Amino acid sequence: MGWRGGGGACGGGPAGGGMRLRRVGSRNKRVDQRNLEYFLQQLINGLTLGGIYGLIAIGYTMVYGIIGMINFAHGEIYMIGAFIALIAFLVLGLVGVTWVPLALLIVLVVAMVLTAFYGWVLERVAYRPLRGAPRLSALISAIGMSIFLQNYVQLAQGARVKPLAPVIPGGFSLLEVDGFIVQLSYLQVIIIVLTTALMAGFSLIINRTSLGRAQRACAQDMKMASLIGIDVDRTISTTFVIGAALAAVAGMMVTLYYGVIDFYIGFLAGIKAFTAAVLGGIGSLPGAMLGGVLIGLIEVFWSAYFTIEYKDVAAFSILVLVLIFRPTGLLGRPEVEKV
Amino acid sequence: MAVEPVPPAEALLVVEHLTMRFGGLIAIDDVSFIANRREITAIIGPNGAGKTTVFNCLTGFYKPSVGRLTLHHPRRGPFLLERMEGFRIPQQAGVARTFQNIRLFSGMSVLENLIVAQHNALMRASAFSLAGLLALGRYRRAERAAVERARHWLDQIGLIDRADWIAGSLPYGDQRRLEIARAMCIEPVLLCLDEPAAGLNPRETADLNRLLLDIRASEGIGILLIEHDMSVVMGISDHVVVLDYGRKIADAAPQEVRNDPHVIRAYLGEDEDEALPPEVLQDLGDTVKGR
Repeated sequence: MGWRGGGGACGGGPAGGGMRLRRVGSRNKRVDQRNLEYFLQQLINGLTLGGIYGLIAIGYTMVYGIIGMINFAHGEIYMIGAFIALIAFLVLGLVGVTWVPLALLIVLVVAMVLTAFYGWVLERVAYRPLRGAPRLSALISAIGMSIFLQNYVQLAQGARVKPLAPVIPGGFSLLEVDGFIVQLSYLQVIIIVLTTALMAGFSLIINRTSLGRAQRACAQDMKMASLIGIDVDRTISTTFVIGAALAAVAGMMVTLYYGVIDFYIGFLAGIKAFTAAVLGGIGSLPGAMLGGVLIGLIEVFWSAYFTIEYKDVAAFSILVLVLIFRPTGLLGRPEVEKV
Repeated sequence: MAVEPVPPAEALLVVEHLTMRFGGLIAIDDVSFIANRREITAIIGPNGAGKTTVFNCLTGFYKPSVGRLTLHHPRRGPFLLERMEGFRIPQQAGVARTFQNIRLFSGMSVLENLIVAQHNALMRASAFSLAGLLALGRYRRAERAAVERARHWLDQIGLIDRADWIAGSLPYGDQRRLEIARAMCIEPVLLCLDEPAAGLNPRETADLNRLLLDIRASEGIGILLIEHDMSVVMGISDHVVVLDYGRKIADAAPQEVRNDPHVIRAYLGEDEDEALPPEVLQDLGDTVKGR
């Protein structure tokens, strides 16, 4: 990555986010960092970031739940979602759709549908032919897909950072103390509301619909699921499609939130979301959402109160600590040996 | 799907020349039999005779090396099972199966185990979950019907009070019955049971017999049964197929099979006088005489 220079952009989204968070804080250097307003502001920022991580983490945990493998190309799916959203915004701007709610809706749908298609193809190409093969094969093919997708976007879109002018400016000023303004931007509201709604809808799918039941059945015993007439291949495809659609929403939100993306953002965000899924308990859906929010909060608070340079170290230390001391995560069940 | 010979009116499953080879090992060797509708057909034989392999061929786990497995579905016509994808065998041909070692979805509740077995009907009704999310009327009705069917079977197996239990926490005998109920929830025309009485006590076995006879009477489906427990085989089956080393050695009513010399030999071993070649016998005879 060194050739790209300008280390500030390295890591894309989350790094940019850290800078933005810092700006909110540094504007008020005089203000004691331990007061309530500062805390509140960081809480808002952390929840926003955490929601985004949570959306990506769901994709990891769902795929793990159903086929017992980590989809290492999922971060790239998220990156592609971000690019599709960016391109859709630019196209809409060109054709003159400027009413923001409509533009948002169109971009949301376009990004979800197209990214879901990428997720479907990913499963078809990298996973289905290797069903029943040793786990390592699928792991390698997923990493291969990840490298392929990164290079594909780099070649197709160029390696430079892509900017997007703010689409939704403004926000609420919640309270002001000694010149420190606690802000909740409209965009943050949208992100928090949308991620909450998606997670709720998603939990409904898993718990209440027959699609969700089929997914849980496949996760527990694929052969048996097939014996009661469940199309296992289709269920797995659906899982990838849903995971990709949620990652697309995360990608779109990041594009809007940070205003810059590049072909490399999938790597760091992917690993962070993976950390979130592990923290919550890999395979557990509420765990992925909780883990996402926690990782977002940890990262933001670390940046706000300690050093921003080490925020990734903080997030990944969590991964190490969880793997050592609580491998099943916060909400995960202990691994039960399959007979 | 050209099916030339018209099968007997009640034939449900017609197995013709089924052969399954694993490399050099012939697990099933040219086995043919017919399982009828409204009948319980038992497949018996010593360990390693190939009984479970027959089931695995029927349910799409294995592709037979040779042979044809025709299932005559009363409403949907004939299906050639050996050509179907695994999940379509239960979904379309209506073949349900249970296992020697119980394979419930042990993390789901008892009720959910029965609802998930009705997945296909629900998926159709819910337009692949879209309608389900929006809780449209059609889906609600389909779901109510699914719950109703599940309750019916819970009643049949006496687990209605434990509908909300986690399936894995049920006692062993209940889990076995739940597995049969789950198989029945896919609305099968052929129910394949792999040693349903294994590990049951005599009272539970008697309950199982009653349940299977009820299913045969009320549902009018065929049951294919692998069993070692002769009280089950002789008590409820209409028709017994005996396998030994992958070959069919008898195919008749239970009473006849019980007295069949081939069957007795397969189970009890050869009669010593007949088993040994004449030369050996002669040598032996000399030794015996010499003593």
